[in-house]
Amino acid sequence: MEHVTVPPLSRLAICGGTHGNEMSGVYMVREMQKHKDARAGSVAITTVMSNPRAVDACRRYIDKDLNRCFTDALLSSPITDSTPYELLRAKELNDQLGPKGGAGAVDLLCDIHNTTANMGLCLIFYSLDWVTLHIYKYIQSKMTTPVRAIQLDIPLSEAYSLESVGKYGFAIEVGPQPGGVVRADIFNMVKEAVDLTIEWLQRFNSGETFDGGEVEAFSPVQTVDYPRDPTTNEITAAVHPQLQDNDFKLLQPGDPTFLSFSGETMRHEGAALYPFFVNECAYYEKKIAYQLAKKITLTFPSISVKKD
Amino acid sequence: MSSYNNSARFNEARKVAIFGGTHGNEMSGVTLVNLWVKNSAEIQRKRVETKPFITNPRAVEKCSRYVDTDLNRAFSPENLSAPEGDNLPYEVQRAQEINRMFGPKGSPEAYDVIFDLHNTTSNMGCTLILESSKDHFNLQMMNYIKKAIAPASCLVLLNEHPLLKYSTSRSVAKHPVGLEVGPQPQGVLRSNIFEAMRIILKHALDFIELFNEGMEFPPCTVEVFRVSERVDYPRDANGNIIAMVHPNLQDCDWEPLNPGDPMFQTFDGKTIHYQGPGTVYPTFINEAAYYEKQQAFVTTRRETLLASAIRKHEN
Repeated sequence: MEHVTVPPLSRLAICGGTHGNEMSGVYMVREMQKHKDARAGSVAITTVMSNPRAVDACRRYIDKDLNRCFTDALLSSPITDSTPYELLRAKELNDQLGPKGGAGAVDLLCDIHNTTANMGLCLIFYSLDWVTLHIYKYIQSKMTTPVRAIQLDIPLSEAYSLESVGKYGFAIEVGPQPGGVVRADIFNMVKEAVDLTIEWLQRFNSGETFDGGEVEAFSPVQTVDYPRDPTTNEITAAVHPQLQDNDFKLLQPGDPTFLSFSGETMRHEGAALYPFFVNECAYYEKKIAYQLAKKITLTFPSISVKKD
Repeated sequence: MSSYNNSARFNEARKVAIFGGTHGNEMSGVTLVNLWVKNSAEIQRKRVETKPFITNPRAVEKCSRYVDTDLNRAFSPENLSAPEGDNLPYEVQRAQEINRMFGPKGSPEAYDVIFDLHNTTSNMGCTLILESSKDHFNLQMMNYIKKAIAPASCLVLLNEHPLLKYSTSRSVAKHPVGLEVGPQPQGVLRSNIFEAMRIILKHALDFIELFNEGMEFPPCTVEVFRVSERVDYPRDANGNIIAMVHPNLQDCDWEPLNPGDPMFQTFDGKTIHYQGPGTVYPTFINEAAYYEKQQAFVTTRRETLLASAIRKHEN
């Protein structure tokens, strides 16, 4: 692949509290604001508490999930008396850090999230973003804990989450951590990933060339809901103990998926795939017990800063 | 004829309740009680009427711990005797209603036993919570449960501390029993946690059935962890937390914490050590709901209680 050059990446946004009860990002942003880490060498850092009302209430959201508000259609929708709080906030964030797709947007937007699923450290991003792939490769090479990538194959106009507002962007998703709790081991993982991101940006801006290559990533294919009672719609089974906490372990046809309250085991049918977001608290209302992905290989070119 | 001198006598436990959803986002209890409200076969025993009951339905609907105020702190004498009215917080109204249905607290009509089902984000495993060291009926029940599930473990937390004890929903009963199982995030249902709670309740109801049939339970010793002290997070002048539970302490509920051991870690990596006078056994380590109650963990001391022999009153 041909070498790629990109203008300097001098404006970084670190966002936390996009979901008000995902505490690593809340504390990361508070700490960075306290130490006024506004500039790290060639990189100017903006820290943002994305959903302050939800953070105060220690809830995921007040009216509507903020991290589903960033599609082009929603960002451009007219404001009325019944516009949900989070949609107003999304427009404010788009003005501050964007506009999405525009020349004035921040160069890189990192949005910090936690999950109750046992996913370890993951970077989640939209399609073919060379900058994010290089940062992923860099973080993976420097951290001892496994780092995984989830790529969402969605065009920019339909991208619904906050990181799509920056010219480049990714979510840092770390689990398992309960809502409302800050675990030191999880926080330290997030801090290391953020520090390495800043480090890469500084090295990039200083003129270093980063070799391209190949990385493995996970590409979502489908979601699976809980078994439910057809009349009441209530859940009738829990994620099976053999699937619980086994995110990213290949799920084969016949492997247990759910254990009903009356003791029956349900099993996976269809292609062997990789489960993730297994038993994520926030997804009960979205009718998702777990998601399934296939493994893909992403090839990317070498990259360096454009000098003029 | 009793086999033992001084066998403590209790009435048959005829009225038993199982409370779920006292905190609306603690899912094992919510799920179990909803299951049993639909079909109570599993919880029925001879000579016992067992009532499954959702104590805080509005919190369950919102999947939040509470609506106005913590229901599990609401059963104080002041609240229970306050004049009724819609201006009272929802949970206080609820407490008065529950006191009417299952109490009144302290009266002969009160339910014999109430099991209150809870989850915690702390790594406490299966824990039974005892409110009085002199409740020999409960001590014998807890001894029975511990033996029944061995080698799996079920520990007993005794909260009799004059300042730290609180007015629980189960306290309207003559014999209140708290069941606390973790770790489980709020709003999440884990299969292993759910099934563990289910098994403990099965053994508890078996005990009640045996007791009601006239079985005499010999004297026994019960190891308990007695609540000693609440330890808050280090905070700044604005009340914001400035350190996290240390990785060495996180998930180490019930393990000894010695003076000098790491206790908290600041966000930039510095260690704060435990400075107490002696070894304690911490629990409720990093429980989500306790950040607002200024509690990072509680310390406990190990104690062995003697339970006298018990047997039901002959009619």
